Amino acid sequence: MSEAPIDPLGAGGDSESAPAPRGMSRRALFGLVAAGVGTGAVVGGFAGAASRIASSAGQDAAGAYAFFGEHQAGITTPAQDRLHFAAFDLTDRATREDLIQLLTEWTAAAARLTQGLDVSEAGAVNGPELLPPDDTGEAVGLPASGLTITIGFGPSLFRTADGVDRFGLADKQPAELVELPLFAFDLLEEASSGGDLCIQACANDPQVAVHAIRNLSRIAFGTARIRWTQLGFGRTSSTSTAQATPRNLFGFKDGTANIKAEESEALRDFVWVGDDEPQSWLRGGSYLVTRTILMTIENWDRVSLAEQNDIVGRDKGEGAPLSGGGEFTEPDFALRTTSGDPAIPASSHVRLAHRTHSGTRMLRRGYNFVDGSNDLGQLRAGLFFMSYQRSPQQFIDVQSALATDAMNEYIRHVGSALFAIPRGARDGSFVGAELFD
Amino acid sequence: MKSTTALLAAVAGGVALLSGCVPNAGIDTAATVIAVDSSDDACTVETDSVASGTVTFRVSNSGERVTEFYLLGEDELSIVSEVENIAPGASRDLTVLAQPGSYFTVCKPGMIGSGIGQSSFTVTGDAIAVSEDRERAISDAVANYTAYVKTQAAELVPNVQGFVDAYVAGDDDEARRLFPLVRINYERIEPTASQFGDLDPAIDYRKPGAEAEGLEFTGFHRIEMDLWLDAAVANYPDETIIPLDAAGRQQIGQKLVDDVTALYDAVHADDFELSVSDITNGAIGLLDEVAAPDGKLPGEENEFAHTDLYDFYANVEGAEVAFTAVRQIALDSGDDGEALVAELDEEFAAMKALLSTYGDYEGGFVSYDTVSQDERNELGAQLNALSEPLAQLTHAVLGVDPAE
Repeated sequence: MSEAPIDPLGAGGDSESAPAPRGMSRRALFGLVAAGVGTGAVVGGFAGAASRIASSAGQDAAGAYAFFGEHQAGITTPAQDRLHFAAFDLTDRATREDLIQLLTEWTAAAARLTQGLDVSEAGAVNGPELLPPDDTGEAVGLPASGLTITIGFGPSLFRTADGVDRFGLADKQPAELVELPLFAFDLLEEASSGGDLCIQACANDPQVAVHAIRNLSRIAFGTARIRWTQLGFGRTSSTSTAQATPRNLFGFKDGTANIKAEESEALRDFVWVGDDEPQSWLRGGSYLVTRTILMTIENWDRVSLAEQNDIVGRDKGEGAPLSGGGEFTEPDFALRTTSGDPAIPASSHVRLAHRTHSGTRMLRRGYNFVDGSNDLGQLRAGLFFMSYQRSPQQFIDVQSALATDAMNEYIRHVGSALFAIPRGARDGSFVGAELFD
Repeated sequence: MKSTTALLAAVAGGVALLSGCVPNAGIDTAATVIAVDSSDDACTVETDSVASGTVTFRVSNSGERVTEFYLLGEDELSIVSEVENIAPGASRDLTVLAQPGSYFTVCKPGMIGSGIGQSSFTVTGDAIAVSEDRERAISDAVANYTAYVKTQAAELVPNVQGFVDAYVAGDDDEARRLFPLVRINYERIEPTASQFGDLDPAIDYRKPGAEAEGLEFTGFHRIEMDLWLDAAVANYPDETIIPLDAAGRQQIGQKLVDDVTALYDAVHADDFELSVSDITNGAIGLLDEVAAPDGKLPGEENEFAHTDLYDFYANVEGAEVAFTAVRQIALDSGDDGEALVAELDEEFAAMKALLSTYGDYEGGFVSYDTVSQDERNELGAQLNALSEPLAQLTHAVLGVDPAE
């Protein structure tokens, strides 16, 4: 292994005791990883993928999005239909070098997977007969399917709950990257909250999204382990004006007023971390909030149509605000009915969540989920809420504004996590490389 | 690291040129000869230290029973080399290419049990260049691992007899103490036992497994259920689980003794043969036993006694011995092989170190029902970290031609 992964610690780090990354990964072992990342070298089949990436700004004809770029893909990318999300914890043994190696390998693998390629050149079927295949194989023959892989860092990566700086990153922790406060109606479960690292895999084919998480988790064995995961079978947001607004499991159009990729000013003002951020590594990145929201859908389904409309503040059929017009008509919160009540009720979701009340906006990217059923035969169903914003305070403001939301009777927030999403990686580097400068 | 490397070299070197069961043709005639006297109650080795090089142990049997002599690795489990079937009054030679390192010598009169007179043995000096004859190295690795399986089976039989004796005598405290300990030999070689169709089900099936296949529920776990009856009643509240009477204990106890004796006979039969892929795939099989939904990691193996960590440790030990047997072959396969061996050395050490935080055989492991889900996840994460590279061992041993 003369091509040992670089030591970004350099002379400034603990060079005396800095050990080699623990163990050799499967791909590193067989010479398939871009061992020279950081020195600009790219090896093996990865080079082919890289050249394709370089030539395509958006989605290419095969349905592939570039992995490298100014921002990570999977944020303003038109929301794909399916999601597999995974939060990871670093193992107790993992070192700073292991973390760097993991991010390097994840980057190399993601650059291939997003182009519809196997995870390595040997892949699912071209490796030696006596070796377990590098790639698990279930995506062989499937196109890229719009796969994006978005990697983020949780607060506990920088400091554990006990304040321990495990990876020498404490001084790189953004001031706002701290655990979210508890909100009214939160019933949080450890099992779907928090995490040192996260990967959001979105694709238009669920098998492609699952394949990505499965193979990236496998690469992490020994360094990071899955803390929790979430499948999403249908998008509940549009992130482009070219997309129709989908419906959530309450049966309503969701995300009508979402920030769209075409709104460059709104993206700058509300989504991308600006140059005023003291932690330079996060500039051009974003914050991701995830909330696992259970819906008591059996109860909801017994609510009259009129009351459903009042709870949401929009009409179920068109998605138009109850103040009138079409789906994209701005709500008129001042309008009153002939009886003198607000046309859009004071406790309606749309009124409380709207910028005029909450004071801010976010880019939402949620997915519907149904994770089986409980012992009572009730579906464990709901919304896996994801929002991207330049500051977690935006989410906090909106969520606080929803304290009196009539919808709260029908939902429970059981999972919560916050991640910093670094900007996109340069071809030849890896996601989050600036953290280790 | 020093010890493993030394042991390693010894295994490969000794294996490559040893001639435990064949005449020592081709061996350097300038071998150092060390006299060994195997009596019924002692195993006297002329010296406990020798310089590296070709060494012949000349083993004389002054006892009443057929005996065996073993040179063990520093872990006291791996067999560096051995010589069997030394009749009373007879003498046989064991010639090895001894590499520097720490070893153990032990005799086994009666060819059963853990042996007697185990003593440390040191080889000093410089490492000796070893043969690069790969086929020879593989066949010797197989021979040594096969001997290891036989040794474990030979220890298993008297250990199980002692456990059953206590159980049948109604000494339940002693039987409960012995239960996790006597399973160690079995758990180390479980994939081998699984080769013999009916034996593993009879010896080691869990209650749900036996019932699902319509088999009589016998073996270790039947006795476990009887010894931890309260736990059994709690686990199966819809069933009437009653304690076995003396006759029932006698019958189920004797059945276990008979079955492990049948296992002993099977692995000592003339036609018992293992291949090198049996060894490397068996190593993976052992770790799969840990991770399986009805295995140790979820705490289902010993669902009444909660002694899963003993089994877990023994499975890992068995996998490590298998790895050790072929370690030099993997090393000789090139840079990839060297990297794989280095990773496996590290992951085995980490796995055992993590398990050791929960206890050991002698002082006891904590009851698995006190191990939290977070702790189990950490054990599982380390098991994954070990299993992934271990799955590459077959390729490193058989799939790479170092000449290329």
